[in-house]
Amino acid sequence: MKRKGWFQVLRPLSPRARLAFGTLSFVLPIVIWCIVSYVPAVWHPQMLITDPGSIDYLQVGMRMNKAAFAEAVAEAESEHKDPPKGVSSNPIYLPAPHEVATALYTAFVTPSPTKDSPWLHQSLWHSMQVIFWGFVISSIFGVPLGILCGTYAAFARLNEPFIEFFRYLPAPAFGALAVAILGIYDGPKITIIVIGTFFQQVLIIANTTRKLDGGLVEAALTLGTKKLALLTRVVIPGILPDLYRDQRILLGWAWTYLIVAELIGTTSGITWFITQQARYQHFANVYAAIMMIGFIGLGTDMVLALIGRRLFPWDRTLTKNA
Amino acid sequence: MRDAMNKYVAPGEFPSYLDQSAAVRARFERLKKREVILKVDHLSKVFTTGKGETLALNDISFETHRREFLCVVGPSGCGKSTLVRILAGLEEHTSGEVLLQGKPVTEPGSDRGMVFQGYTLFPWLTVKKNVMFGLEVNGRSKYEAERDALQWLQLIGLEKFADSYPHQLSGGMKQRVAIVRALANQPRILLMDEPFGALDAQTRARMQAHLLEIWRKIDITIVFITHDLDEAIFLADRILVLSAHPGEVQELIEVPVPHPRSAAQFISPEFLATKARLEELIHQGKADDDEDADTYQMVARLTDVTDSVD
Repeated sequence: MKRKGWFQVLRPLSPRARLAFGTLSFVLPIVIWCIVSYVPAVWHPQMLITDPGSIDYLQVGMRMNKAAFAEAVAEAESEHKDPPKGVSSNPIYLPAPHEVATALYTAFVTPSPTKDSPWLHQSLWHSMQVIFWGFVISSIFGVPLGILCGTYAAFARLNEPFIEFFRYLPAPAFGALAVAILGIYDGPKITIIVIGTFFQQVLIIANTTRKLDGGLVEAALTLGTKKLALLTRVVIPGILPDLYRDQRILLGWAWTYLIVAELIGTTSGITWFITQQARYQHFANVYAAIMMIGFIGLGTDMVLALIGRRLFPWDRTLTKNA
Repeated sequence: MRDAMNKYVAPGEFPSYLDQSAAVRARFERLKKREVILKVDHLSKVFTTGKGETLALNDISFETHRREFLCVVGPSGCGKSTLVRILAGLEEHTSGEVLLQGKPVTEPGSDRGMVFQGYTLFPWLTVKKNVMFGLEVNGRSKYEAERDALQWLQLIGLEKFADSYPHQLSGGMKQRVAIVRALANQPRILLMDEPFGALDAQTRARMQAHLLEIWRKIDITIVFITHDLDEAIFLADRILVLSAHPGEVQELIEVPVPHPRSAAQFISPEFLATKARLEELIHQGKADDDEDADTYQMVARLTDVTDSVD
């Protein structure tokens, strides 16, 4: 059987095809966005008024549905007055790529409109700190507990049934409680991220630990390894690469709780920026900020993957697939 | 293949597997004079499952002497792996006793080394550190452990790979490392559970010769589980033959093939006589036991009758 080409079951791609498809995965959505934005025939359900003509309720910069605009034109023409002029456009909530790109740039170089309020980069930095502390606190407790649950069945039975129950409670539901206990600043926000991450973390890491090859433990036993050394010299080093991968996935999870967390108490960080801009209908800025989160998330993950490859040179799963 | 073998070793044509040359007999006498390292005494093992109780091993008794090479063979399901795992202390026995130099075995310990079929090298440690592992967990200093490990690697000719990771080695090399990792602890006995089962035929032959070489050079008693009869005869001083359901001792055969062993002996009369005896023991009563035995006769011809491969 010929095993070349793009659609081979469980076969890696050639490096060139990998690069091509990887680039396409970003280019394709952008191309679609461009087509919707710049080709009037595709969607453009509205008219952006460039000249109100004789119609007094129209203003430059207003958007209206094409049907209403056609009515306005017909009305003006029937009265032999100046018809309004406009260009077809998308609704305000879908800005064009170039508008978002400009917003991305100007958001960083322009100070925020109100005094005392933070610049975009300050908001972002604040968000990253909240994520960082939430994740660190969760990991300090979650990682050791997960490993213990995975290693000792007694630990697992003692903790996992309750954690299984608790992980279904939505983290944001604890918002009001967290504010009552920890005040309105960063305390409750970090708490929400911890609650959102911790319970999943324990269960995922416990499962990863249970997947360790039992043969390695038996080999260590026959070499004379005693209880605690079994944990520190076999179980922990044995699961480290998988544990690291789990942590990367869980960090992504923590980001998804960020926006909800930042709405609790005083709105802060990138969420404050997004809600402010949305209030003034600066949707280009909103998209710019959302993308920023994506860039930061993807960027950190790529850096962590790179570090992982350095840390665990023996790990074979890293070079397989992906 | 089996039919052909039986034809050639028909009774009378070859000496019995019980006939030993003077040299072989003298060697066995010397062997039996050495102290007993491992004594298995009326050992039984019952597995309790949801369906009830299964007797896996029934009243197993045997002894091995210092520097003896004992192979354990038997049909699948005879519990030979369970036996070696009990000896290692990885599994509990139901009744009877396992004594290592007079001390009962209750848990795994560094006085019994073990080599598994699946290599089980620690993938996060280099070859050298794998060998150092047992030494370090038993309280030897890092310097001593490293010095010893390098000597062991030299013994098996893998000192060049000291800083490689296990995934960079071939199967045979991995198993050589696993053997010296177990030996580095200087155990009294080395337990091997089908260690060469995953290797290709050529590598396996080389590993067998290699293992004999190691065994001759150091003070070690080996209990070696295998289902390959040639392997058992080639390696063993004595072969413990188990029967299945439940696992019981059928016979403890003294292999009449003289030492030192070489590949040329595979066709010697002693070798063939021993093999014939093993086949007889292992395949007897198998007809009603083995689902695979008669299946080939049930395959209908799907080709043209003139299109024969014979």
